[in-house]
Amino acid sequence: MTALLQHPGYDEERLKGVAEKLPCREVQAGMLLSLMGQPHQYSYPSIFIYGHRASGKSHVMHVLMKELELSHATVSCVECVSIALLFEQVLLSFFGCDAASLLPRSPSLSDFVRVYRQQCSQSPAKQTRYIVMEKAELLRDTDASLLSALLRLQELVEDNVTVILLSEIAWDKFRPNTGCFEPLLLHFPDYSKSELQQILSQNVHPSYSAGFYSAYINILLGVFYSVCRDLRELRHLAALNFSKFCEPLAEGKVKETDTHKLWKHIEPHLKKAMQTVYLREVSSLQWEQMQQMEEEEAGALRGLSAHTHVELPYYSKFLLIAAYLASYNPARTDKRFFLKHHGKIRKTNFLKKNEKTSNHLLGPKPFPLDRLLAIFYSVVDSRVAPTASIFSQISSLVTLQLLAQVSHDDQLDAPKYKCAVSLDFICAIARTVNFDIVKYLYDFL
Amino acid sequence: MATSSVSKGCFVFKPSAKKKKKTLSLESYFVQGCEDAESSEIRFRLCQELWDEIKTDTEVLQDELNRTILDSLLDFTRKCSSTRQNSDWTSQMRASEIPTAALMLGVNVPDHDMTFQSLSDMLKQSVSPHVASVQAKECGALKHLMKKVLERLMDTVVVVDDEDEEENVETSPRVHRSMHCSLGILCDWYTARTKKSPTGTPGKKRSSQVRDEQQQPPVVIIFKDLEAFNPRVLQDFILICSQYIDRLPLTFIFGIATSPSTIQHMLPHSVSSLLCIELFQSLSCTQHLATVIDKLILASRIHFKLNGKVMQVLIGVFLYHDFSVRNFIKGLQLALLEHFHSQPLSVLCCKKKQALFNVTQLSKPNLDRIRQLPSFKRYVEKQEAQEQVNLMTDDSHLKEVCQQLIKDLHKYHKNYYPILRCLHTLTSSLPRYPLGKQIRELYLICLAKNVWENEDYQSAMKLVKMLAKGEMVSLLQKCVEILQLSKSKKMKNALVQLEELLAKFKQLDTATEMTPTVEASIPSPIKNLQKKTDLFQLQKTLLEMNESRRAKRLSPFENLRNEALEFIDNLVKSHLSPPESQPLYEVCYYSSSATVRRHLNATPRTSIQAALSNPYYYLQNDSLKSEDGTVSNTAPDICIAYKLHLECGRLINLYDWLEAYSTVVSAAEGNDQDSENFGKVDEVKHARFIRAVSALEFLGFIKSTKQKTDHVARLTWGGC
Repeated sequence: MTALLQHPGYDEERLKGVAEKLPCREVQAGMLLSLMGQPHQYSYPSIFIYGHRASGKSHVMHVLMKELELSHATVSCVECVSIALLFEQVLLSFFGCDAASLLPRSPSLSDFVRVYRQQCSQSPAKQTRYIVMEKAELLRDTDASLLSALLRLQELVEDNVTVILLSEIAWDKFRPNTGCFEPLLLHFPDYSKSELQQILSQNVHPSYSAGFYSAYINILLGVFYSVCRDLRELRHLAALNFSKFCEPLAEGKVKETDTHKLWKHIEPHLKKAMQTVYLREVSSLQWEQMQQMEEEEAGALRGLSAHTHVELPYYSKFLLIAAYLASYNPARTDKRFFLKHHGKIRKTNFLKKNEKTSNHLLGPKPFPLDRLLAIFYSVVDSRVAPTASIFSQISSLVTLQLLAQVSHDDQLDAPKYKCAVSLDFICAIARTVNFDIVKYLYDFL
Repeated sequence: MATSSVSKGCFVFKPSAKKKKKTLSLESYFVQGCEDAESSEIRFRLCQELWDEIKTDTEVLQDELNRTILDSLLDFTRKCSSTRQNSDWTSQMRASEIPTAALMLGVNVPDHDMTFQSLSDMLKQSVSPHVASVQAKECGALKHLMKKVLERLMDTVVVVDDEDEEENVETSPRVHRSMHCSLGILCDWYTARTKKSPTGTPGKKRSSQVRDEQQQPPVVIIFKDLEAFNPRVLQDFILICSQYIDRLPLTFIFGIATSPSTIQHMLPHSVSSLLCIELFQSLSCTQHLATVIDKLILASRIHFKLNGKVMQVLIGVFLYHDFSVRNFIKGLQLALLEHFHSQPLSVLCCKKKQALFNVTQLSKPNLDRIRQLPSFKRYVEKQEAQEQVNLMTDDSHLKEVCQQLIKDLHKYHKNYYPILRCLHTLTSSLPRYPLGKQIRELYLICLAKNVWENEDYQSAMKLVKMLAKGEMVSLLQKCVEILQLSKSKKMKNALVQLEELLAKFKQLDTATEMTPTVEASIPSPIKNLQKKTDLFQLQKTLLEMNESRRAKRLSPFENLRNEALEFIDNLVKSHLSPPESQPLYEVCYYSSSATVRRHLNATPRTSIQAALSNPYYYLQNDSLKSEDGTVSNTAPDICIAYKLHLECGRLINLYDWLEAYSTVVSAAEGNDQDSENFGKVDEVKHARFIRAVSALEFLGFIKSTKQKTDHVARLTWGGC
C-alpha cells in the first residue's frame, strides 16, 4: 500500500509515516501529493476537496502538512466572523505577528493583498505555501469577490501559494454567477463498511486483544452502519458501549472467542443506544451512568423529547388555541364555527377545489392579528377586557417560538402570525382548559 | 422658545443650568399629594420598613427554592470539569462533547433574571470565576455573541485581578485593542490565566489531579433565553466552541422556557451531537407562588394585608396573564405604597408596640377619621348608649378603646392563619376539592364571607365526616404540628384539646381490637358500591351509607370523629370570620382593587375610548362636563369628530362628516343659528377637521378605502 505514496520531492521515511496515519485514504493522499508537486515547484492555484462529514478531508490535509513540514495556514471559515479575522490568521501563520498587525482596522481584500505582497518580497517563498480553508461553504455568504479572489490568489500576490478549500458541498453549488477560476476538484468518497471496520479496529482497548475488539466493531457496525456512516460518531458510540460488551467477559460467563453469545448480549443494548444516545435524547454521560444502573431504574430516565408539556397562563392557552384555529381553518369558515346562527352549511357545500387536501398537510397559514383576537374573544368563555397584557402575551408567545411572526418586525399595522405548534401539543393544551378543539377544526369536520 | 433666526429649522435649546429640576428624594415623592401630611413621614418610614422586610424575605425564599436545582447544576459543572481531565481509553476515544445543562424554567420569563443572577453568583463563588451570561437580544449576529462572551469573561477577570496581579491588568487593554473576537484569543488568555495562578511544584503525579481541578476551572457560558436566539448564530457558535473544547473547558447552560424539544428544533443533529445535554427541571411557578403566599401573605408577622378583591386581582393577573412571581410581588408593593399613601390611619399598621404608641399620638382629624370608619361605626352601634356617646365625643377614651381594638386585631391575625392552615390540611385532599386544592383558594373564600355559611364548606365537612380512621388521625396529627408553631394562648388551648382528641383516637385502636365485630355488621351498602363507578353516585351512596349508619348506631370511632369535627367547626367559627367583621380592619387591609387593576392591567383601548367619549374624565375642565354620555360642543375637535363618526355605518362620507362637524363647532362658537354663515365651512374649520380625522386614523378608528371615493372605512363597530 505504501507504494502508492511515492514522490520524488519528499523523504521516503516521512511518506511512510504519512501512509500509516492515513488508512484507507492513500489514493487521495497520493493524488494530492502529485498535485502539489515538489516543494519548490509552483503548485496549482486552488484545489477544492469535497466529501461528506468525517470522510477524512481535514485529517488528510493536517497529516500531510504536519508530517511533511510544509508551510501552511489552516483557517476554519465558521470561525471567521469577519474577513479581517481570516486575513489576520493567514498572515499570522505565514509571516508572524508583525505582519498581522500591519492590517488596518477593517481591512479589505486589497489591503490583504498589499500586505501579503509586501511581506512576501521580504521573505520570498522557497517552497509552496498552502492555505487550507475548512468549511469553505461559508465563504459563499461573505462578499462575492472573496471566493473568486482566493481561487486565484497565486496570481494576485505573485507568490507560490495554493488555496485548498474543504467542503461538504459539491463545487456546483459554489460557482458564483459572475464566473470564476475553476479549481481542481477532488472528491473524498465515504468510507466503505470494511474501511470503517479497518479504521475503527485500530483503536484497540489496551487491555483486550485486537481480535476481540475487531469482533466488537463488527457487531457495532452491523447495528449502526445502516443509519450512521460518520466515523466520529461511530467511534464515540464504540467507546460508550464497549464496557457493556465486556461485561459478560468480566463476570467470567463467556470467553473472548464466543462471539455469538457476546452478540446476543450486546445487540439489544446497541439497539437501544440507537434510539437514545445516538439521537442525543440522552446525553452520553447519562448513558454511561445508566449502564451501571439496574435495568428498571434505567427505564425511568426519559429522553429530551419526552418532556413536551408546557405550562402556560390561562389566556395564553386560549390565544394559542385561537392562533391554531386561525392557522388551520380557512378564513371563510370562521362564520360557521364562531357564529351562533350560522345556518346549516355542510362541508361539501363550501369546499373549494384546493381545500380538499387537508390543511394539516399544507401546514399553518398566516393570519392577521384582528382575526386572532376575534377568534380569541369568541373562544374564551368569560368576558375579557382587551388589556395590554393580552397583547404582550402574544409577543411572548412569539419569543417562545410557539407563534411565528410572518410580517416584518417593523410593520406595526396589522401584523401577521403563524401558529408554530403541532396538533398533539395544541390538543394537550386544549384539554387542560376543557376545550374540544377537534370540534372547531375544519379538517376534522 | 423664541429664536432670532429668520429661516425655518430645528433648533436645540440646552436647558440652562439654574433651571435644572432638583431631583426629589423618595420621601418627598411620597409626601407629595399625600393625605394628612403630618403623619406622612412616619407612614413613609413604616412603608419602607415593611417593603424592605418583604423584599429580603422574597430573596431568601427565592434562594431556598432554587437551592436544590442550583446545587445540582453546580455539581454538574464540577463533574464535567473533572471527567474532562481523565485520560483513559474511553475518554480518548469519545468525541469531545461540550457539557450542556438544559435548565427548564417555565414560561415566566421575567422571573428568570433573579434565578440566573443567583446561579452565576454561586458559580463564581464555588466553581469558577469564568462565568458569562448572554441574552438573545444583545446577540443578533455571531460577531456580537462572540464579543459579549469575550468581554464578559475577560472583563470580570480584569476587575478581580486588580489587587494581586498587576501584569494582567496591563496586558488586557492591549489584548482588547487588537482583539478580533475569536475564541483563539480567549483560549490564549485562558491558558495564560491558568498558568499564572501559583500552585505547588508540578512534579508529583499524585497531587496533580487535585491541582488540575483547581487550576482548570470551567468556562461557563449561560444562554439566558435559548428560544429567542437565532438558531443559525447558536449553531455556528457551538461549532466554533467544539473546535476549542480540548483546550478550553467550556460548559454551556441553556435557559429554556418551553420544553427541551426546542433544542432539537433549533439545532440539527450535526450540532447537537457536539453537546452532552443534561436536563434540569426547576420548580414550577405555581409552586413558587404558593410558597410566596404562604410566607408573605399568610403570616401574622407582616401586618399589611390585602382584602379579598385585591388578592383576586393579583392572583388573576398571575394565573391568567403572566405566571410571574416577580410581577406578583410588584403588585404587592404597589398595594403597599398605595395603602400607606392614601390611608392616613395606616400609621397604625405596624408592630404592636409601635402601633399602640402611635394610637396615643393620633391627631384630632385622624381620630375623626377613625370615627368615620364603617367597621368602627358598626362596633359603636353594638355598644351601650352611654359608651356610644363617650366614643363619639371623648378623644382620650377613644384612644384607649383603639388600643384595645388594635390588640384584638393582632390577636385575630395570630389565630387566623393557624386555623386557616388546619382547615386547609383537612380539606385539601378531599375528592373534588370543595374548598380548593391550594391554600390561596381557601383563603379567598374565607376573606369573602363567613366560610361556614358557604355550601362548599358544608359539603367538605360532610366529606371529612367520611374519612377513614387512618386518614383522620394523620390529618389531625398534621393540624397538631401546625398549631404547635403558634404561640398565642387560644391556639395553645386548642392544641391541648386536639391532642386529647388524638389520644382518644389512639385509645380507640386498642379498644376496637377487643370488639372487632362492629365494623363487619353492615356489609350491604358496600356491595352496592362496587357496581357504581360514577364519582357522584359513589359520593351519594357513601352519604346515604353514612346517614343510615348513624341512624342505626354510632360506633365509638364515629362518635369521636363527630366530636373532632365539631371541635374544628367551632374553631373555624370563632377564628375565621372575615376581616371586615373586625373593627379597625381598614388600618391593615388595602381594599382598592380598582386602583391595582388599573395600574397592573392597563387597558389602553378603553382609556382612549373614555378620553374621546368623555373628555372631562381626563381634562377635568368644567365646561366639558356633560350628562347622559353626550359630548358638549366645546369639546376638543377629535372628540366631536369621534362622536360623529360613531353615528355612521361602515363607510363614512367625508363631506357629510365635515358638514356635521362644522355645524357642531359653529354652535360652540355661539354663532347665531339663523345667520348666513352658520355651519359654513371655512378654512380654519376645514383644517381642524382634517387634523382630527388624521388623528383618528392614527389611533386606528378609521382607514382610507378604495371602495368608494371620498369615503373612509370604520374599523370599529357599534354606535353610540
